[in-house]
Amino acid sequence: MNISIEREAKGEKIYLVAVEGEIDVFTAPELKKGLLPLTEIEDGKLILDLNKTKYMDSTALGVIVAALKSAAKHNCRFSVIGMTPRIKRLFEITGLMDLLTRAQISGGSANA
Amino acid sequence: MGTMEDEPHLAVYRDLLARYVAQDSEATEESERLSELFHERGVSPDDLVAMHLDALKQIAVNPDRVTLRSIDFLMKMMSGYGHDYREHQELKSRQKQLDTEIDVAAEVQKALLEGKVPSCPFADIGAVSVPAKKMSGDYYRIVNDGKRLAVTIADIVGKGIPAAMCMSMIKYAMDSIPENNQGAPSSILANLNRVVERNVDPSMFITMFYGVYDPETHIFSNSSAGHEPGFYYSKRENRFVDLEARGLSLGLAPESKYKEYARRIEPGDMIFLLTDGVTEIRKDHDFIEREQIVEIIREVMHMPAARLVRHVMYELKKMQKYSFDDDFTFIAMKF
Repeated sequence: MNISIEREAKGEKIYLVAVEGEIDVFTAPELKKGLLPLTEIEDGKLILDLNKTKYMDSTALGVIVAALKSAAKHNCRFSVIGMTPRIKRLFEITGLMDLLTRAQISGGSANA
Repeated sequence: MGTMEDEPHLAVYRDLLARYVAQDSEATEESERLSELFHERGVSPDDLVAMHLDALKQIAVNPDRVTLRSIDFLMKMMSGYGHDYREHQELKSRQKQLDTEIDVAAEVQKALLEGKVPSCPFADIGAVSVPAKKMSGDYYRIVNDGKRLAVTIADIVGKGIPAAMCMSMIKYAMDSIPENNQGAPSSILANLNRVVERNVDPSMFITMFYGVYDPETHIFSNSSAGHEPGFYYSKRENRFVDLEARGLSLGLAPESKYKEYARRIEPGDMIFLLTDGVTEIRKDHDFIEREQIVEIIREVMHMPAARLVRHVMYELKKMQKYSFDDDFTFIAMKF
């Protein structure tokens, strides 16, 4: 089980991270390592692209939550694109979707 | 070969080597046994080469200088492998120790969470909970205080030991709720959320469903903190509906509020609660859909609750080829 993480600079302080493969307990640490530093860029913008993500389990959700909280702390706008209907459902049930929406409206402050 | 175990390694090795050199036909077979014995006793590769050099010096009348020097050279080359070998042995023993510790921890956890299902005059209740690995990140609690029935089911998002530790914390937080005052679901969840938000790693969160049934009013009220919806079965309509409830998972935000839902329960109605291990189970390469779980429940819902839950677990395990990727908990309440 492998993932490949593509990081692309879209402009000053704007990054897109695309994940290909399955995010689970074995690959989640790699995603965390790739994602978290980018959430610490003050007033930055970070987009997580899940278009090529085939499967993700609860540990992947944990990484996204950690990224969301860190982004809020650093006023970094964090968004997730390319969710499959199944992932979207998981986000909706757990309330992560609400948190993401808030992160968009308030320009990063997920806890506002 | 009975003496082999007692004699010093070098002597045994030297004698066998001498016989091998002299083309003793049994020496080949014996060499395999000696190799096994050395392996068992942890003789490292570089030690073995050193032993070979010593043995050769003792048996050869006129050891050739080039051969001796070359073996000495080989010994130097092997020293790195010897280091790896010793490290490997140490890791193996440390791994064994860790396994033992995890076994003990798993036993402690099992004892802590020994889910008791109370007897209840107004409902037949069954519950089953199986960890994916040794330790579980699922939690459930069913309490009947004589007046009301309170049921909790939770899933710690994360796996293994960290999830299990987090779950023990939840257990203690839940135990601090007075038995005779189970409280409103919305305020219980709001309180727990504060505890979790303050005390767990930012990447961890917990989904929880909390419901209370009052047999006098026949009202089942519940709130959910991001938990996979359960099922409500209405006998009158002979229909399953999702026990839909919305709310942020525990630990996501500091001051989450929870909506409370209420539903009137008629005799013959049923409520089923589950953790997402149940709906995330893979069937071949696909996932089991909620409709399929309903189908399984329908086939066995005439059974007593304790048998019903075991049967559903068995059927789901079969679809999953007898293993779960995630912890699995399933509760049935028949009114």
